[in-house]
Amino acid sequence: MAARGPNISNVPLTSARRVVLRGPGATELALTVNGEAVTVQVPPRRTLLDTLREALALTGTKKVCDEGTCGACTVLVDGRAIYSCMTLAVTCEGKRVETIEGLAKDGELHPVQRAFIDADAFQCGFCTPGQIMSIVALLRETPAPTEDDVRRAVAGNLCRCGAYPNIVSAGVNAGKRKR
Amino acid sequence: MPRVVKSREEFEGEVYESLVLVEGKDLPVPRAGTEFVEIAHSRRRIDGPQRVTGRARYTQDIYLPGMLHVRVLRSPYPRARVRRIDTKKAEALPGVRGVLHRFNAPKASFRGEETIFREEVRFVGDEVAAIAADDEQTAVDALRLIEVDYELLPHVVDLEEAIGDMAPRLETDGNVAEAATHKRGDAKRGLREADFVVDATYRTSTQLHNSLETHGAVATWDGEQLTVYESTQHVFGVRQGLRTALKLPFSKIRVLCDYMGGGFGSKGGVGKYSIIASLFTMQLGRPARCVLTRDEENLAAGNRSATLQQLRVGGKGGRITALEHTSWANVGQGKWVANPTGPTNTLYDIANLSSKSYKVVTNAGSLSAFRAPGYVEGTFALESAIDELADKMGVDPLVLRRKHAASPKDPMVGKRYSDKHLIECYRIGAAEIGWQRRRRSGGIRGSAPHRRRGIGMATQIWGGGGGPPAYATVHVNSDGTVVLTTGTQDIGTGTRTVLAQICADELGVELDDVQVRLGDTDNPYGPISAGSLTVASVGPAVRIAARDAREQLLGAAAGVLETPMAELRLEGGVVVTKGARTPLSEILTKVDNNTVIGKGARHPNDPDLSLRTFGAHFAEVEVDVRTGEITVEHVVAVHDIGRIVNPTTARSQVEGGVLQALGFALSEERFVDRATGRVMNGNLENYKVPTVKDVPAKITVKFVDRPDRRANNLGIKGLGEPPIIPTAAAIANAVANATGARVRHAPLTRARVLEALAIAEARS
Repeated sequence: MAARGPNISNVPLTSARRVVLRGPGATELALTVNGEAVTVQVPPRRTLLDTLREALALTGTKKVCDEGTCGACTVLVDGRAIYSCMTLAVTCEGKRVETIEGLAKDGELHPVQRAFIDADAFQCGFCTPGQIMSIVALLRETPAPTEDDVRRAVAGNLCRCGAYPNIVSAGVNAGKRKR
Repeated sequence: MPRVVKSREEFEGEVYESLVLVEGKDLPVPRAGTEFVEIAHSRRRIDGPQRVTGRARYTQDIYLPGMLHVRVLRSPYPRARVRRIDTKKAEALPGVRGVLHRFNAPKASFRGEETIFREEVRFVGDEVAAIAADDEQTAVDALRLIEVDYELLPHVVDLEEAIGDMAPRLETDGNVAEAATHKRGDAKRGLREADFVVDATYRTSTQLHNSLETHGAVATWDGEQLTVYESTQHVFGVRQGLRTALKLPFSKIRVLCDYMGGGFGSKGGVGKYSIIASLFTMQLGRPARCVLTRDEENLAAGNRSATLQQLRVGGKGGRITALEHTSWANVGQGKWVANPTGPTNTLYDIANLSSKSYKVVTNAGSLSAFRAPGYVEGTFALESAIDELADKMGVDPLVLRRKHAASPKDPMVGKRYSDKHLIECYRIGAAEIGWQRRRRSGGIRGSAPHRRRGIGMATQIWGGGGGPPAYATVHVNSDGTVVLTTGTQDIGTGTRTVLAQICADELGVELDDVQVRLGDTDNPYGPISAGSLTVASVGPAVRIAARDAREQLLGAAAGVLETPMAELRLEGGVVVTKGARTPLSEILTKVDNNTVIGKGARHPNDPDLSLRTFGAHFAEVEVDVRTGEITVEHVVAVHDIGRIVNPTTARSQVEGGVLQALGFALSEERFVDRATGRVMNGNLENYKVPTVKDVPAKITVKFVDRPDRRANNLGIKGLGEPPIIPTAAAIANAVANATGARVRHAPLTRARVLEALAIAEARS
């Protein structure tokens, strides 16, 4: 219903300086995923989302609309929240990708993850990884966000169960916590 | 000794008499005000860490070695005969492993038909063929290579067009079939004798579920056993459907659903996708995955029927004298119809009443249950009409409702309610919203001259009493940890957490020590997660299983500690005697590597009682009379659902219900092109589900929170559906209160509000 927030970008992440033609068959792609350097074989038309889920077995990032309208596939690329279903994997060569699986460190949940549990900010949980990644990106730029900041950050993340009020609380509370 | 007793269960507005096998006696209900350790306390969801880390494995996250990806070719026409299918080019594509369509698929019964690929496809999205390939992209590419020869047939997709004489007849008996009627007193006479009569037509549009996890299944056949992972609200229902389709015995089918990404009623049983995946794995010997895309989800996975409803309500002397309600619902190709006259028949004690519900078939995607099916649509019409009557009579609509809402008896079946605190809901809600501020007409001052503010309310009645059959086992391991097992599902409502609380409480162990295993047909039978019945059905069985285990544990402790059992208590996993505290693990390790197993079954409902939940929502809105935009400022939701097990998850459930209702009330509407039968907005871009920015400034959630002592051994009832039922009518009534304009079509879009404002202005 309402306009989507500016925090999510569908702009391709290719840089004009480095245009590499690939394909048509599978091609080698090197990138960093959750701090680890990985190399995968991907056809040029494969999205980052499918690459994460199928080639790298990182199924925490969800496919809901597969056309950039729901935010469930949100991951961070070089620190920016993006829709991974609208991003071709080959455009992520050499980039830093962060997914929901990379947030907890040494068995300890990320403050946003803890805030989600404490605020009961999910029901079925299918949109949750995307919501959390959007708020993680927000907190890096705005460490103590207001409710409006959080609303803007997750305005592109749909939740069909209607956990929005608690998601907003979780985002604000996470800002108040120290890691 | 096990014995068979009579029970009476309600499921989504329909009442069923049943025979139930029970053993022993049920437990007495803990009194109101009982201090529990876990029950009635807010607890974090026990599966929270899994869900926030991405580790929770949903059906779509199941990738098995060698798995084939299945995609379905769907009819682009609303009605056509499939004359010929040529799959040669598709099969020649490298990576394609199998093709199924009506000329080669084995017989498989599905909802009364003998095949899953029809000769006559009947809606855009009907299954025509399926491809299994090494990867999804190959399957998608192969679909485009299938050539189908269709013979187009005349079609109709619109409800009101399908009722009319000019429409093609889709069934030999016509498109309209009577589905339910109810009569008491003499409605015609009651209307004749009334001083005031409202005669109005209401409409509700088709709402799409849009569960974020689409329908889908992953099936694998090992030559003996079929295992199906499915995103479902009922693993046992899927097993039943697979047995019917594939003619396999129950023992050879296992259905699993661990984490589930939303269902809202549409995932109640087997789907064609599960049968297709099963046929492929059985033919090809490799696991097969068939998961719908968002677009397919919105064509072929169900919807809430559009309705056309006529109400006549008569009033005299400050009371309602008569009510007539006729409803027509577009069921697409569905075999049943949800009943919008359900609330009319049962909510108010009105002496003269007559209702009729018709099912209308069309060439559109079929209905499936959608959170309080029928009741959401019916309550919108009923509660709008009651307000219109109150306006005409010049009485306060809440006062008018109170006169008919206090009866302790179900007016339809004549049985007593097990419990009812509707008047209390009204009292709490009126106080919270500030009902005394409501002006009879013209609304209250808004935040700007062109913004009018108003208050409205509406009532809800629903089932939610649950019932048998439901079973649970409680395994206590030798280290004192506990595994609670039952066959029901957690579809996001918090079932896992609430059942663990009940188990820990009754058993006397720490909540952290309880693991809950569900969503598996190898578990003891658990019911469908629908009809708001899960906790009220399974919770009492869990309590009995935990009590059974506790008795055995105390027996073991009595032997080991050489103390009479009567002097022992189990608290927080520790056996407490007068002088000492001994951890359960210490006792159990002394009796070898023993597993203590407690069993529990849900006891029957009293067949002489009517089990219902009640509630009322109050809404305060502002309407911009220049643009027709409605801003919902405050929603107060008050519910009477017995004892609350977990106040946090209960509150979340109500907020979620209110927000889903907000979509139904203001923005959600499927559009189907009449000429081509195509869904024009089967996606999340153009089909408008609420976003975070649409949340009302304030949602107040209140519960009466008194145990229903006659419902079950915990005094609990369900909450999944009640909070979606009355919101739309409360908003429509608030809009009418603010502006004098009555919008009789949900969703109340800006265009409809402006049209109603223009009509209201022309009248005044």
